[in-house]
Amino acid sequence: MEILSSLGDGFAIALTWQNLFLALLGCFLGTIMGALPGLGPSNGVAILIPLAFTMGLGATPSLILLTSVYYGAMYGGRISSILLNIPGDEPAMMTCLDGHPMAKKGMAGEALSLSGIASFVGAFLATWGLILLAPQLVKIALLFGPAEYFALFALAFMTLGGVSSTNQAKSAFAAALGLGLAMIGVDTQTGVPRFTFGEVHLYDGLDFLVAIVGLFALSEVFIFLEHRHGSSDAEGRKLSIGRLYPPASMIKACTPTMLRTSLLGFIAGVLPGAGASLGSFISYSMEKRLVDSENTFGTGDPRGVAAPEAGNNAAAGGALVPMLALGVPGSGTTAVLLAVLLSLNITPGPLLFTQNPDVVWGLIAALFIANFMLLAMNIPMVGLFTRILMVPSRILMPIVAMVSFVGIYGISGSSFDLLVMIGFGVMGWGLRKLDVPLVPIILGTLLGNSMENNLRRAITIDNGDWWTLIDSSLSIALWAIAIIGFVLPLLIGRKVKSRMHERRDEEGAISD
Amino acid sequence: MSDRIFGLFGVLLAIGFALSALAIEESFLSDAVGPKAFPIIIAAVLGVSGAVIALRPDPEPVWPALGRLAEIAAAVVVMIFYAELLPVMGFVIATAVAATYLTWRLGSAPVEAILVGVGSSLGIYVIFHLVLGLSLARGPWGF
Repeated sequence: MEILSSLGDGFAIALTWQNLFLALLGCFLGTIMGALPGLGPSNGVAILIPLAFTMGLGATPSLILLTSVYYGAMYGGRISSILLNIPGDEPAMMTCLDGHPMAKKGMAGEALSLSGIASFVGAFLATWGLILLAPQLVKIALLFGPAEYFALFALAFMTLGGVSSTNQAKSAFAAALGLGLAMIGVDTQTGVPRFTFGEVHLYDGLDFLVAIVGLFALSEVFIFLEHRHGSSDAEGRKLSIGRLYPPASMIKACTPTMLRTSLLGFIAGVLPGAGASLGSFISYSMEKRLVDSENTFGTGDPRGVAAPEAGNNAAAGGALVPMLALGVPGSGTTAVLLAVLLSLNITPGPLLFTQNPDVVWGLIAALFIANFMLLAMNIPMVGLFTRILMVPSRILMPIVAMVSFVGIYGISGSSFDLLVMIGFGVMGWGLRKLDVPLVPIILGTLLGNSMENNLRRAITIDNGDWWTLIDSSLSIALWAIAIIGFVLPLLIGRKVKSRMHERRDEEGAISD
Repeated sequence: MSDRIFGLFGVLLAIGFALSALAIEESFLSDAVGPKAFPIIIAAVLGVSGAVIALRPDPEPVWPALGRLAEIAAAVVVMIFYAELLPVMGFVIATAVAATYLTWRLGSAPVEAILVGVGSSLGIYVIFHLVLGLSLARGPWGF
């Protein structure tokens, strides 16, 4: 009951004209970003953050805008998967497997609307899951002291390494690099400058927004320049949609699939380190094992379209749970959303639910509203978005670059930050070539300082005794999960990961 | 080979990071851990993972031909000039030039590139400055 009344308060916050407009704008932009190969949820949200700030939006409106983009991108990714056999973003890659064969059979419209419905079911159930699970997790998190938080951060980095790359050493490298970058600036506890090399601009530390926009958005521009991939993927192809609404029998046949994969995707999303890509991957694999008795998966089976779409949207909702309740994001885009909260001086975690309930419940209510908007946009209006696929990237990518510059310049007004952003763009390009995941870097720059503060607080409380880190059963449990999460993929994960990553192409390949 | 060089670079980076961590001047008012300990832990992780990357390299990535690398380098130079000249030339002109360059290098014909570049510059100016009220760089002409 308490939950329902909080939710009611949330709707009162979300149902203002400004917030409804922001949700609508976010859904629209998100669907476009998801649909266009080369722009995904993480870089899409990244280039919009600075704009949300410079427009002077408060915490709740900014979050509503950006999470609507996030949900929207999860919907939009399927459009180019189905029509072009090119995933619009990484989580949509599994949708290619059955979506494109369906389109070839002349059932593109059915595939699009069915996957729209599956997306809706997944996201809708996951939002309920968020409501029910997050407060429980908060209760556990309230038992955490600094030592447990330190272990939790370590867990996030170690499990993120397990799924985000095929090479654990490279994930560990990326995490350490991110943490190292976070150390730049004046030490908050003793006031001594660290790693600033006398450069005054660095005393405040690196602005993680600059790092995020550079790593995610600018590196994408460089990848496109490298391939001189200037034309639209849809060029020279006829995008016919045909019949837009699937027969009721098809929806009925897919309903059990959608419900099962929503649950599975949600769980995958909640797990630290696993994001929407893993959600859609395991949803598809499980459904294939479970119901594919006639070997129709991969040849245009509607269930093979519904499964990954329900799975990735549910995982997107699930990934918000640890981000909001613990302050530890499990995926690339939630890491970017964490950056938003931190920049607004809101610390996610258990206190968020007691101190800023308006932010949490307003956001959740907005997610419900956004979901209905997205359903409306993605079925009757899907034709509009297929036309956007015709925009060639030689026009799109310069706009992405310029909007990134505008956003960062708008925040700080300094050319120095722009130069740092270019540096991060080049670094991101090089690291992507070397198959080093970018998400742990972002997570490191975001969490580095609070990870260190928790370490120092824990040890100072215990008068300099380092064993305090593994002094409670809770922290031992967290360390154990962290170590298992890091070691297990070394033993069994290689096969799963290489299968999961084999389909991806280089453009738009930021794991999420 | 790329991974071996990259891993080696990681190890060197870790050593450099550890050395500059040791060089941090401690203040007389310090907590039990101090400002050096955590950076040194990070340097250790960085060094170990760099060494593992160097010893067990992945398959060689596909590096672009020299011409493509030059393309990226040229784009970086244009962006650096853009960042430096933005306050000097004003937003609209600097952005139009940079966007034209990028559009041209991504394969547009020159006329199309100029139209797209000027168009996106003006479009961004109208949406972000005139409609949303974002403060953009003002050049000598005020735009």
